[in-house]
Amino acid sequence: MSATAAQDRWAEATQLRLTWWRFRRHRLAVVSLFIIVLFYLVAAFADFLAINDPHATDARRSFIPPQSIHLFDEDGFNPHVYGLRGVRDRQTFQLIYTPDPNRKLPVRLFTRGYTYNLLGLFETDIHLIGIEGGQRTDGIFLLGTDQLGRDLFSRMIVATRVSLSIGLAGVTLSLLLGIILGGVSGLYGGWVDTLIQRVIEVLRSIPTIPLWMGLAAALPNTWSTTQVYFAITIIISLIGWTDLARVVRGRFLSLREEDFVVAAELAGASQGRIIFRHMLPSFASHIIAAVSLALPAMIVSETALSFLGLGLRPPAISWGILLQDAQNIQVLANAPWLLSAAVPVILVILAFNFLGDGLRDAADPYG
Amino acid sequence: MLSYLLQRLGLAVVTCIFISALTFVIIRLPPGDFVDAYIANLTASGSSVSQEQAAAMRVEYGLDRPVIVQYARWMGRVLQGDFGVSMVWRRPVSEVIGDRLWLTMVVSLAALFLTWAIALPIGIYSAVRQYSIGDYVFTTLGFIGLAVPNFLLALILMYLGFRYLGLSVGGLFSPEYVQAPWSWGRVWDLMKHLPLPAAVLALAGTAQLIRIMRANLLDELRRPYVVTARAKGISERRVVLKYPVRAALNPFASSIAYLFPYLVSGSIVVSLVLGLPTVGPLLLQALVAQDMFLAGAIVLLLGVMTVIGTLISDLLLMWIDPRIRLEGRA
Repeated sequence: MSATAAQDRWAEATQLRLTWWRFRRHRLAVVSLFIIVLFYLVAAFADFLAINDPHATDARRSFIPPQSIHLFDEDGFNPHVYGLRGVRDRQTFQLIYTPDPNRKLPVRLFTRGYTYNLLGLFETDIHLIGIEGGQRTDGIFLLGTDQLGRDLFSRMIVATRVSLSIGLAGVTLSLLLGIILGGVSGLYGGWVDTLIQRVIEVLRSIPTIPLWMGLAAALPNTWSTTQVYFAITIIISLIGWTDLARVVRGRFLSLREEDFVVAAELAGASQGRIIFRHMLPSFASHIIAAVSLALPAMIVSETALSFLGLGLRPPAISWGILLQDAQNIQVLANAPWLLSAAVPVILVILAFNFLGDGLRDAADPYG
Repeated sequence: MLSYLLQRLGLAVVTCIFISALTFVIIRLPPGDFVDAYIANLTASGSSVSQEQAAAMRVEYGLDRPVIVQYARWMGRVLQGDFGVSMVWRRPVSEVIGDRLWLTMVVSLAALFLTWAIALPIGIYSAVRQYSIGDYVFTTLGFIGLAVPNFLLALILMYLGFRYLGLSVGGLFSPEYVQAPWSWGRVWDLMKHLPLPAAVLALAGTAQLIRIMRANLLDELRRPYVVTARAKGISERRVVLKYPVRAALNPFASSIAYLFPYLVSGSIVVSLVLGLPTVGPLLLQALVAQDMFLAGAIVLLLGVMTVIGTLISDLLLMWIDPRIRLEGRA
């Protein structure tokens, strides 16, 4: 393609297309976008991907180390895991379950397991992988089990749903607050602006975690898991809206002086039309970037609160709740695999940070 | 300048009042009041309280008055240094908190200084040697630092220390100094234990500050005066350090304002993981046991400490940046 043809293509492209071109240049951001989509897909199909019932406890299989799936045996391709065998410890007389290489359990695709509701549409008991036959204690424990014998891999998969959705819900709520308060602040100025800016300054100068802890601890013990979930979302977003409000206000302030806004005003456009038809499209991308930078903070907040035991409560499963089991160094020394719940947390936060960076660069494709 | 100072001071006072109101809300949030909790506590330990005694206690503590009056009374007592009695410990709250508040501040301040000490040279290096291998390495490390929540980092370091070095890395004092009164030996012992928690806390803030420092210095380095200085044959070290670095330093002073609340917040969770004798573990215990006077006092004190830190940062900024002084005069 010649230089002029490329220039024409650039001149004819819509803003969305330009933004996409700019975004594509940020390789890490593209990879991050892919990872995040993957995570949300996992969240959507969590029960299908889970191997064992994440709530099923069995004292006999507590603290089983991670098992791997063996793909081949002497007959060729035959994926299998070893069954578990109870061995009595000679010193403590405890029955300890360990893998038994003599008992091979075939791993098959689309096996039947616990019943669940797929995407809220219909009930099914088909899971991606599972074992055929075996005893009640047998199963595939890719990441080992916790003290109560629950499969960590399945729990982590199911936790994705809560941890990611609480971030989205929290961000939506703070975005709502941020747009309303930031918009009012930037649009009207004057004493309203001063008041809102002061409130933001005050909120930002308070250490958040003690505050969150205080509010979260006050939630009644009798509340159901769902009620606690929503209460935690509100608590987290109550303080998280300030950054978004600042972005919105800044955009309104700078756009108010732009020629096209003044032109629309002179042409007699109503205030609603100016805001939604002229101003909003030109800063929507900035807001999306700000949201993707605010999301990881929300996810960390939930994880930290649940980790402390003040956030979501069992039987709810989130990454923070899984990490709570890893708090004790004695437990961790015996079962280091419990720490693996940290991996998705770090991965998601990194991905959102890179994505936000890429989006922020792409938000203004003319620059 | 004076008006700026007064404005800042006014905002700090307003913030403190706001924090105290919020703290009061937190104290009042759990169902039932102080007397209910107190009676439940006494009943659990075997003794009983009659209805009349309970009513008398309510009058004594002013729990029969409107909320506003209760808040005013509570504030009045707090201003005199009386935070009430901890129900779990059965001792005055100020006694229970004791050294812990200061140790929280020591840990947070140590983290702040460490943040500066690391971010300054690396920020300068990354800007001067933009797009070098070192720059990329630090940028990558910075991103990881931003992404790993500090309590997770503490957890991972604890595990690694335990697993490969066979030592417990928690705590702020060696066993022989935990209960000991303050002495030079104890201070020295504290200094020896500080680096790890400070580093854990400092990581995320450092990553952020390096990025800000790098961006600011890059802007400054493109200014005409830098070209002039170079054209005059001043050594590269002097060209960079004499003016651009000083101009790019402002975010360091203003960083107290946003880093300090963040560090204090972080120290709470990190203290729990590393078993530091700060107010963190105490706050969690108090909240779980609904020992609300203790919890409220901690939240209030942390908030006020943070506000003071922010105020100091504003004063510092005013001192190093003449533009702010002039703005205040106009």
